Amino acid sequence: MTTQQTDIDTLLGTMADQLRTRFGDDAVKKTLMVGIHTGGVWVAERLYQQLNIEQPLAQLDISFYRDDFSRIGMNPQVKPSRLPTTVDDAHIVLVDDVLHTGRTVRAALNELFDYGRPASVTLVTLAERSGRELPIQADIVGLNITLDTHEHVKLTGPEPLRLDVVEAP
Amino acid sequence: MRRRNLQLDAQGRLRHLLTIEGLKRQQIVDILDTAESFIGVGDQPVRKIPLLRGKTVVNLFFEASTRTLTTFELAAKRLSADVLKININTSATVKGESLLDMLRNLEAMHCDMFVVRHGDSGAAHLIAQHVAPHISVVNAGDGRHAHPTQALLDMFTIRQQKGEFAPLTVAIVGDILHSRVARSQIHALTTLGVSELRVVAPRTLVPEAVSGLGVHVFHDLHEGLRDADVVIMLRLQKERMQGAMLPSEHEYFHTFGLTEDSLAVAKPDAIVMHPGPINRCVEISSEVADGPQSVILQQVSNGIAVRMAVMSMVLGRAPVDEEAR
Repeated sequence: MTTQQTDIDTLLGTMADQLRTRFGDDAVKKTLMVGIHTGGVWVAERLYQQLNIEQPLAQLDISFYRDDFSRIGMNPQVKPSRLPTTVDDAHIVLVDDVLHTGRTVRAALNELFDYGRPASVTLVTLAERSGRELPIQADIVGLNITLDTHEHVKLTGPEPLRLDVVEAP
Repeated sequence: MRRRNLQLDAQGRLRHLLTIEGLKRQQIVDILDTAESFIGVGDQPVRKIPLLRGKTVVNLFFEASTRTLTTFELAAKRLSADVLKININTSATVKGESLLDMLRNLEAMHCDMFVVRHGDSGAAHLIAQHVAPHISVVNAGDGRHAHPTQALLDMFTIRQQKGEFAPLTVAIVGDILHSRVARSQIHALTTLGVSELRVVAPRTLVPEAVSGLGVHVFHDLHEGLRDADVVIMLRLQKERMQGAMLPSEHEYFHTFGLTEDSLAVAKPDAIVMHPGPINRCVEISSEVADGPQSVILQQVSNGIAVRMAVMSMVLGRAPVDEEAR
C-alpha cells in the first residue's frame, strides 16, 4: 500500500479541521505545536501552516529520554530540541508521524514536562498502527493501518511526504 | 601489553577514556558532535536528562582540582547519574596494592565509572587494567601524561569559534614540560589536522621529544605568536618544578607572559585560551584574560557538555561486547 502526496494532503486537511473543531478557530492559533523528530516535524510543519499558529513551531528530539538507551546505546545523530524556555500553561499539540508502541510518545511527554507544566497535551499522529505497548492513544489520527507483524509503516519526506508499508528488515 | 587498545572495546568503541593518543580523527569528531547535542541541556528549566539514571559515577581525585572535579560532577548529575566524591589525602600517596584494594571495595558497591585524577603518570591506565569488565575509567589528569577531556573541550571551543581545523595556526605557550594538557592538546590538534602547530616556551620548559610530535618549537614569544589564529596559554606549574628552571616569575612574565602588546602580532581575530587556573601577571595579563579575545570562561562551560558526551558514550554502549578483558 502506498499513500501518495494527494492522499496525504487530504489527510492533513481533515486533521487540521479536527484541530479547529477541538480548540476553536481562534484558540487553535494560540496552541504550542511540537513536532517529534524527524517525521513528526515534517507533519507538524504542514499542520502549522494550515492553522496559522502564532508561536514558533517547536521540535523535540527524544533520544535522551528513550527507555532503550542501555540496549541500543548513544545515537550519534541527535538533533537539539527547540522548545520555548517554558511550556507552563501552554496548550500543546504534540505531533508524530506514526503511533506504534507508544514509547516515543512516553519519552516526548517526559521531556516536555522537564520544560514546565503544560495546561494540556493533545496527541496528533498522521498514521496509527497496531502494536501498542503502553496505554497511550492519539486524539487525532489521519489514517488507521492494520499491519502484519513483519510489516512497518515508513514516512519519507520532507518533500513530497509519502507513507509506505514496508517489510521489516 | 595492549596499552594502546586498552581504551577501546572489541567493537572499537570507547570503553575507557585514558588518552587522546591513538584515537582516530572520526572518534574525536564523534565526541565533539555528541557534546554539541548536550549544549542545550544547560538552558532547559530542568537541567537534567535521564540518560544515565541508575548509574553510579565515582570521582577519585588524588590531586587538587576545582574546575575539572566540579564539571565532571555537574556533567554526571545533568545525565541523572549518582555521583560519589572521594577526596583522597594527597600527602599520603596511595599506591600499588592499597590503591587496587580500594578499587575492589568500590567495585563491590556496584559503581559503573571511575573518574580518576592522580599525580602519577599512568595511574588511570593502571586502574583501567585492573577494574572489573563492567566498569569504565575516565582519566581526569595523570601526572605529566594526559588530560584528555581538557583537550577535547579545548577542541570543542576551537571548533565553536573557528569552524574548521585545517586552516588554523595554533600556538601553545608556556610550561610544556610539566603539562599533561599540552600533551593531550598536541595529540588532538595533530590528529584533527591543523595547518601549523607551535609550542612556545623557554628552553628549560620544553621536553626534547616534543619536536617528534610534529610541532614547531619557538623560544621567542613574538616569533611564536605571529599570525596565530589560536593562542593557548598554559599555567606555570610551580608545584611540579624542582630546581631553578626560571630566574623569576617576574622575568617569565616579561619574556613569555601574554599581554595586549604581545597578542597584537597574532591575527586580529585570534582567540586566547587557558585551561585554568590562571596565574595573573605570571603567564597572562588581566587585560588579556578578561579581554574580548579571551574564551577562557566558554571553555569552562563547554567542559560540562564535553564531559557529558564522554560519559554517555562510554557508559552507553550497546551490550554486544562480551569480551574477555
